[in-house]
Amino acid sequence: MNTAVVLDALFTLPRGLVLTLTLTFASLAAGFVISIPLAILRASTSPWASASVLAYTYAFRGTPLLVQLFLIYYGIGQLSFVRQSFLWEVMREPFWCAFIAFTLNSTAHTTEVLRGGIQAVPQGQIEAAQSLGLSRLRTMYLITFPLAIRIALPAYVNEVIGMLKASSLASTITLLEITGLARQLVSETFAPYEVFVVAGAHYLLLTLMITQAFRVLEAHWARPNKPPSVAVASSPKGGRPKPFLTTAAS
Amino acid sequence: MKRAATLALCSVLVGATGLCAFEKKTITIASEGASPPWNALNAEGKLVGFDIDVGEELCRRINLECIFVAQDWDGIIPALTVGKFDAIMSGMAITEKRKKSIAFSQPYAGGFNQLVVRKELDLPPTDTSMKLNLTNIDADKQAVIDQLRTALAGKTLGVLRSSNSEAVLNDLFGKVATIRSYDSQDNMHLDLAAERIDGGLADYFTWKTFLDSKDGETATLYGPQLSGGLWGPGVGVGLRKDDAELIAAFDSAIAAVTRDGTLKRLSEQWFKIDVSPQASK
Repeated sequence: MNTAVVLDALFTLPRGLVLTLTLTFASLAAGFVISIPLAILRASTSPWASASVLAYTYAFRGTPLLVQLFLIYYGIGQLSFVRQSFLWEVMREPFWCAFIAFTLNSTAHTTEVLRGGIQAVPQGQIEAAQSLGLSRLRTMYLITFPLAIRIALPAYVNEVIGMLKASSLASTITLLEITGLARQLVSETFAPYEVFVVAGAHYLLLTLMITQAFRVLEAHWARPNKPPSVAVASSPKGGRPKPFLTTAAS
Repeated sequence: MKRAATLALCSVLVGATGLCAFEKKTITIASEGASPPWNALNAEGKLVGFDIDVGEELCRRINLECIFVAQDWDGIIPALTVGKFDAIMSGMAITEKRKKSIAFSQPYAGGFNQLVVRKELDLPPTDTSMKLNLTNIDADKQAVIDQLRTALAGKTLGVLRSSNSEAVLNDLFGKVATIRSYDSQDNMHLDLAAERIDGGLADYFTWKTFLDSKDGETATLYGPQLSGGLWGPGVGVGLRKDDAELIAAFDSAIAAVTRDGTLKRLSEQWFKIDVSPQASK
């Protein structure tokens, strides 16, 4: 273990943090938004809607992200009509190619995660909502979706962590996020062991922070499932954050 | 000890007579077989190329029986050190990093690197046959480098990651141009053809194959033929550090084939230009 190289890596690699986090969370956010309507279609009883979304999720979940990234980056770069169109302003940049590939991939995974959540919502709750006279859309918005998200959350954490690690593939298309900087540093120092240990520690720390954040979110969301009286009564003593819409004086 | 004396005596005789009448020993030489015209596998699976022809000529002069074996580039150095073969002749540049693991003979080929740019950039013309050795940069050389720097300011340049060229490119143009590092030369060619990058720096012969292909039509060589500096003295025979007598024998045989023009002849046969160490001086 060469301590000088370790120190060098400790100072160099954090410069890639911003790009790693931007790629990860921008793709996850875009993927989440797109996957909501897709998940509803996928969970619907219409075989046509379900099958067409399945074709997409099957293709993107069934092929390596690296292959998808290369097809989007190098493949589309080969098409002269793309190069002559306005699209090229976006597609010529490695960042946007990575963002598009990651988003498409994340959408496919998130769609299936949410679909599972939607289908796991007890039928009785939906029937109860409908018997109250709620429209299908309001049932979806008020009952099905909030419940589905809570059910899907543990599985979605895996997708978030998976995306964080997959963002290292951006280094293969010349982007200098944490892994890209690490590979560059290795080529300067010829010390792969030290540099990649430091790079791995970065990802480990980020994963730890993500799991902790989701644990807090899960605890926060789990609360309203309890009977209201219990939740309100226990909240001041339990030191939990006060429920939304309650006055401080109570 | 007897073997060492034999080889030492042989290597002295090689220069004078080209003959060596002692016992004939056999050594194995590894080559990648995937970097034409340095080395390649022909239709019969036999190694051919500049490395092989030079190797056979050197062995003839040292009075060694040489058997060439194909070995992938990954692991070619570890395989030499554990004794799977006795020498590497695979267009391998002599670098400080490699010298930590293995020994090298004197260079048997110079070789050089060059910039390539997209034709439509319309950069100020340069002399692409000029030779620029980066080992000792004087005022004249600095002027040429400064000219290149001005021409390439604001451009995006590609280079093979972990290569000596990457270090040179960062050193020369890192402050004025955007540098992108590729994990393979082929991917860099694709991006150059796709106009994602404006140019790049790499080994001349690697460029040559690309520029002669259809994808390379839009690009052209730019600036002087660069060598020396971080690239080291050139291409040498890789040998085990403890094979002192073999290193000495190869050294004097290389000196002999350089002196009598054999190296120049083989070089022109395979590369169409002279890459012998004398030519790059």
